Amino acid sequence: MSSARPIPPHFRKPLLETPFHERARELQQHDHFVAWAGYSTVDVFTTVEQEYFAVRNATTLYDLTPMVKYRVTGPEAERYLNRLVTRDVRKLKVGRVSYVVWCNDSGHIIDDGTVFRLGPQDFRICTAERQLDWFSDSAIGFDVAIDEVTSDIAALSVQGPTSCFVLKRFGLDGVERLRPFELGEFTVGGRPLLASRTGFTGDLGYELWMRPEHALSVWDELMTAGSTRGIRPIGSQALNMARIEAGFLLPNVDFVSAEHTVRVGRDRTPLELGLGWLVDFEKPHFNGRRALLAQHAQGVRRLLVGLDVAGNKPAHNALLYAEEAGEREVGSVTSAMWSPTCKRNIALAIIDAPHYRVGATVWADIYLNRELVWERRMAAARVVERPFFAPERRRATPPADR
Amino acid sequence: MSTVAGWDAIIVGAGHNGLVCAATLARAGRRVLVLEAGDAVGGCAVTREFAPGFRVSAGAQLLHQMPAELVEELRLATHGLEFAATALPTTALAAGGEPLAIGDPGALARRSAADARAWPLYDARLKRFARLLYGLLAAPAPRLGTGAWSDTFALGRLGLRLRLLGRRDMREFLRIVGMNAYDLVSDEFESDALRGALSLDAVLGTNFGPRAPGTVLTLLYRLAAESAAGPRALAQPKGGMGALTAALARAATAAGAVIRTMAPVTRISVSEDRAAGVVLGSGEEIAARSVISNADAKTTFLTLLGAEYLDTGFVRRVDHFRSRGVTAKLHLALDRLPAFGVGAPAALGGRLLIAPSADYVERAWNHSKYGEWSASPAFEITVPTVNDPALAPAGRHVLSATVQYAPYAPQRGWEAERQPFLAALLGVLEAHAPGLQSSLLATQLLTPADLEREFRVHGGHWHHGDLAFDQFYMVRPVPGAAQHATPVAGLYLCGASCHPGGGVMGIAGRNAARRVLAEVSR
Repeated sequence: MSSARPIPPHFRKPLLETPFHERARELQQHDHFVAWAGYSTVDVFTTVEQEYFAVRNATTLYDLTPMVKYRVTGPEAERYLNRLVTRDVRKLKVGRVSYVVWCNDSGHIIDDGTVFRLGPQDFRICTAERQLDWFSDSAIGFDVAIDEVTSDIAALSVQGPTSCFVLKRFGLDGVERLRPFELGEFTVGGRPLLASRTGFTGDLGYELWMRPEHALSVWDELMTAGSTRGIRPIGSQALNMARIEAGFLLPNVDFVSAEHTVRVGRDRTPLELGLGWLVDFEKPHFNGRRALLAQHAQGVRRLLVGLDVAGNKPAHNALLYAEEAGEREVGSVTSAMWSPTCKRNIALAIIDAPHYRVGATVWADIYLNRELVWERRMAAARVVERPFFAPERRRATPPADR
Repeated sequence: MSTVAGWDAIIVGAGHNGLVCAATLARAGRRVLVLEAGDAVGGCAVTREFAPGFRVSAGAQLLHQMPAELVEELRLATHGLEFAATALPTTALAAGGEPLAIGDPGALARRSAADARAWPLYDARLKRFARLLYGLLAAPAPRLGTGAWSDTFALGRLGLRLRLLGRRDMREFLRIVGMNAYDLVSDEFESDALRGALSLDAVLGTNFGPRAPGTVLTLLYRLAAESAAGPRALAQPKGGMGALTAALARAATAAGAVIRTMAPVTRISVSEDRAAGVVLGSGEEIAARSVISNADAKTTFLTLLGAEYLDTGFVRRVDHFRSRGVTAKLHLALDRLPAFGVGAPAALGGRLLIAPSADYVERAWNHSKYGEWSASPAFEITVPTVNDPALAPAGRHVLSATVQYAPYAPQRGWEAERQPFLAALLGVLEAHAPGLQSSLLATQLLTPADLEREFRVHGGHWHHGDLAFDQFYMVRPVPGAAQHATPVAGLYLCGASCHPGGGVMGIAGRNAARRVLAEVSR
């Protein structure tokens, strides 16, 4: 494992800076940095609204470097991963990416992430939290090597309807031919870059993976290439809005890792999170399979669903009731927002059976702070299909230029 | 008969538990195939020739833990089991001093009047505790959180038996059960010889010194198993321990089981998430409705089955199962009886201990913690030819000793350490039996690494894995495989990795068979 830059000891520098930090510091206006996986990252550059609309209407840059990255190599890398995650990794071709979750023995989700197949025996896993202990324990009995490569790779997410145009102008010749979840290797001005058509916005977008020493020059050239397409850097808050519209789950917001839960019943299986489509019971054994099969046979007692909430007040953290009187509690909201693009008041919520079926109505107990005075609204909320926003352009190949 | 379809059960390994399991299943009408990698049945309970004309129990050397009812149930006497001697005495040796016959009030009184007064009370109390523990040891361990009536009942019965000890005994039991043996014997007795002998009994075969927490449990456990052996108590099968397993094999075969030796299982095959049979080293595949492994937990799950059929958390627990052996076995061929100076010939035919004090045993253990062998090791010695002269040529003798402590992997490797360790062992023996070295005809030293290879036990551990509170009863070997069944349907464990653990008991084999009979219809 080689590191381009030596990492200072954690007690000297508790929060690291990403290779893009210099630009982030120049361009942000609020000194609004937050810690993410040991790195200092921008929460808001200018205003959340401005950044959100850039995701949906222009092109955005989002520094993805703190995403924890592991390289998995060896003759049994495929078998190892196939036992680790719930999807069939044998079906993942070289040059493709797959969204996966991994579970503990009882079928509860430890984390989610993406698996990149770089070669027949060469994979990269990107995930929100550090997983080396679980990945290492999972390697007992497999001929596989696992390396943490987080600081070896600078990562930049380029998302928005004009992102393909910007990347072409930047010099990624042929990037328009990449299909969703496909990888491409490029060289721009002597700098090797890996581009994947992936993202967390539910929109047209790409993620670029590069050497840390190339980070600033790539950033600068992208900003120049995107100047006619409204390019701007965004922080985590705007990304969070986009991901709720896309119906994507955020660890520690919509679910807690089974390795971290303390209370009984707080961990979640993929079936309970509506991720049953990620669980392949036909493939060979994987962690949690026996427990998930049993749950599959019994049916889930709670389910994460999308809600369409009446009114325009976001149902942040609202408790959900079976009736307007608010007597029988049936669940709670995990993520909520007014969706500017959908013009709907949307939420993700975990709801008990049988209230989670699409079309059912529950009642959200919404608290509003209006100039320091708290008010309460009981709003009807209808269970709806996810995602809330899924434009055609996210799949179009080649994508349009504007 | 090689690939007869339709075996009800394949048993991997013909150790004593595997054979008890086979006999129990076959007697219930199941078609059973036992596959043994070695050229003879018996596992760690075998008799082998270690020098021309000299035979010895190569692993376990005494039978003292197999319940009398099991010997009866399998009618081992009619299948050829005879005893060369029963109710063997135990004597604590003292280099140059007077040996102490354990349990002999007169001998003890000569050492210490206080100890002589304390002994009968201690002995009776521990035997009461041992009887309580035997109930727990003989039955399968309950599972927690199942809500099943039988599990609740088993736990309730344990509580009731504890309560029925009476207030004083219950309080005393709960006080000492988590303690270390060193403190217990130091509280009770003042003579070093008695303290040392009892300390060694508490740690035989384990990776503990007498000061390690939980060694009162291992001591009680030994007494519990012995309490079920009945009046036979410490016994020496005629022809060595191999005679026991030969009788078990005959009992199994008579009931219809088929035993194949030189048939090493290399893989347990899985189909549709169920154990479907085994693959032999020759490539031969044999199908069966159940596969029951007499191998230790690590070998079974990580080598024969494979981690890919198991969940990470379970594999992690198996990987952490403590199974590093620190017990070696020493075999000597002698041209005359060793002069241990124990007086009565009956004593020389019994169990001889070299553990002059509890501190001696503790210091012996210290070395092994750091990858060194004990400079002054502790011994459990038998001279089996006293009771069974046929084990050696006329007039010659065999000395068999269990020796502690020898690390599984010494820092410089056994190739470099074998001779120095052997010399140290012979030096200690010489000090207790002057002239022994001049009577030596042949020696054999089996280190834990040798035991691992010879008996196919991971880590060369005498009991497959340490018996400690976290590897005990309802969590032995690990949660998820503690009641013979495993996460893979149709795969069972029947060996010493299961409750109640090591020692030639056969209870694990019998309980595994009962579990299979209850779960798997024909």
